[in-house]
Amino acid sequence: MTTPLQIGFIPLIDAAGLIVAVEKGFTEAEGLDVTLVREVSWSNVRDKLNIGLFDAAHLLAPVPIASSLGLGHIKVPIVAPLNLSLNGNAITVSPALHAAIRTEIDDDRPDPMATAQALSRVVATRRRNGGEPLTFGMTFPFSTHNYQLRFWMAAGGIDPDEDVRLVVLPPPFMVDSIASGQIDGFCVGAPWNSIGVDRGVGQILHFGSDIMQRAAEKVLATRQLWAEKNPQTLAALVRAVFRAAEFVEAAENRDEVARMLSRNEYIGVDAAVVMRTLEGRLKIAPDGAIRESGRYMLLAKEDASTPDPVQAAWLYAQMVRWRQTPVSAEGLKTAQGVFRSDLYRAALGRDGGPSQAISTFAGPAFDPGNIEAYLAGLRLGPGKPEIPLTTK
Amino acid sequence: MGAESSPKIAIVDESPIRAAILEEGLREAGYTDVVRIDEMQSLLSRIYALDPDVIVIDLENPSRDILEQMFQVSRAVRRPIAMFVDQSDAASIQASVDAGVSAYIVDGLKKERLKSILDLCISRFNAFAKLQDELDRTKSALEDRKVIERAKGILMRLKGLTEDEAYVLLRSTAMREKKKIGEIAQSILTASELLK
Repeated sequence: MTTPLQIGFIPLIDAAGLIVAVEKGFTEAEGLDVTLVREVSWSNVRDKLNIGLFDAAHLLAPVPIASSLGLGHIKVPIVAPLNLSLNGNAITVSPALHAAIRTEIDDDRPDPMATAQALSRVVATRRRNGGEPLTFGMTFPFSTHNYQLRFWMAAGGIDPDEDVRLVVLPPPFMVDSIASGQIDGFCVGAPWNSIGVDRGVGQILHFGSDIMQRAAEKVLATRQLWAEKNPQTLAALVRAVFRAAEFVEAAENRDEVARMLSRNEYIGVDAAVVMRTLEGRLKIAPDGAIRESGRYMLLAKEDASTPDPVQAAWLYAQMVRWRQTPVSAEGLKTAQGVFRSDLYRAALGRDGGPSQAISTFAGPAFDPGNIEAYLAGLRLGPGKPEIPLTTK
Repeated sequence: MGAESSPKIAIVDESPIRAAILEEGLREAGYTDVVRIDEMQSLLSRIYALDPDVIVIDLENPSRDILEQMFQVSRAVRRPIAMFVDQSDAASIQASVDAGVSAYIVDGLKKERLKSILDLCISRFNAFAKLQDELDRTKSALEDRKVIERAKGILMRLKGLTEDEAYVLLRSTAMREKKKIGEIAQSILTASELLK
C-alpha cells in the first residue's frame, strides 16, 4: 500500500532533494506516492502547510520557527526533521553599485567586512548628495536572505532600517527589478544570482557562505501534529529525501539532475545555469569571472542535512535583533524545538554529527544559551547607539 | 473609518477580468469604495498611499510575499492583520484557499464585516474559475473538432474511406486504446507530418 502525500515547493535549486526523490523513485521505494505542488509564494506554502492542504513542504528555515511562535500569523507548531540545504544564497549588486563599492577598496577579492564598510561610505556619500537611499531586495521577512543582508550591512555600520530600504520581492522578480533600477542589489537563492549575472545587470559580491559558513537555508517541514500522527510516513519521507540529496551531490549524477531541475514543471531555467550551482562554480561578473566554492550550497555532505538546534537559536536571535519578536527563554526553547535532530536520527539511524558552532565573518561568538549577551555584543556600527532590544 | 461608512477595499489581481467581476460584486453588495491594483512594480507604495481597510489578493499572485512585509514593524501608521490569523474559522479559511483568494484586514475592521466581504470574494472567485473552465473546455472541444476533421481527411485520402468510415475507424481505435478521439486524431496528424 502506498501513502499519498502532497508536498509544496518553490522553484529553486535547493528543492532538488524533493524533486529528485520523486523523479528517481526514492519516495516510491519507501512506499510513498508524492505529488509535488509548485507554488508561487512562500506565504502560500506556509498557509497550505498550516491548514493541512500540504503534508510537507520546502520552506525557508526561519518560517517554521516564526509559525511555531505565531509571529504575524496563525500559530501552528511546525517541525523540521531534515535540512534540505545549507547556504546557497548570494548577494548581488548592480554594476553601478559594484563600481561605487570598488572605488572604496583596492583589494581584488574583498572580504565582507571591507565591502560592508565600503557600502557604508557609499550610503553616507549618497545621503550627503541628497540621493535616494539604496534599495535591496530579499525574499521574505523570515528568511536567511533578510538576516544575511542585515548582518552584513550592520557589521559595516549601516542601520538596515534607517540607512537603506529593504524590500520583499519574489525570487523571479529580482532580476527584472535590478535591471529596471528599482533595486540596487539583492540577496536571493540559486539560480537567480546567476541569471542576474548572465543578463549583465548584476555582479555577485558575496556568497552566503562568506557571511556565515554554515547557514540552515531550506528545511523539510511538516506540522508537528502530523509528524506525531504519522511517524513512519515521516521517517520514510526523510529517508527518501536524504538519499535523493546524496544522489544530487554525486558528481556523476550532476548532468542528469541539472536537466531534471531545468524542466518547466520544476525550475524552468537553462540546465547549464543549474549546473553552476551543483558544481559550486559560479560566473560572478558579466565579464565572465568565475568563483569556485565547495561550500556554495550543501545538501547532504558535511552533515548538512542534520537539523541543528544551534542554527534555530541563531535564527531566533536574528528575529529578536530585528524586532520581529521580543526575546524570551520560552521563545528560544520553542525555536530550538523546531529543528528536530531526534526525528532525523530516528529516520536514518545515523547520528548526523555534533552541533557546530556558528561561524560568521563578524560579531561576538554566538552562545545559544545567552542570546541577550550575544546581541548586546553586536554594535550596529561605529558611532551609533546599540540596537534597542524589545524585551518582555 | 466610520462604523457606517463603506470600508475601502483594495483588490490586488493581475487578471483584469476577475478583478472586474470581483469589483462589480462588491459594488452590488454596497461596498462602494473599491480600488483595483494590477501593477505589481510598486505594490507596497500603492497600498500605503491608498490606505485600504481590506486587501484582497489572488493566491496565484507571487506578490503575496510582498504583502508579508506589512506585518513587520513599520513606519506605516496602520498595521494589517492576515486573514489567517484568526484560527476560529477554519471552514472559511479552507474555502478561501480552495477558491484561490486571500484577504488581509487593516486595523479595527469588524470581523463580521470581513466575513461578508470574504464570502463574496470566494463566490466570485469560484464563479470566475467556473467560467474559465467552461471557456477552456469549449476551446479544447473546438480544437479537437478541427484536429478530427483533418485526421478524417487523411484517412479518407490514404485508405480510400468515406467520411463516416473514417470517423468510425477513429472512434473504434480510441475505444480500443482507451484514449480520447482527439488524441488519436492528433497522433494521426503527427504521424503524417513525420512521414511526409
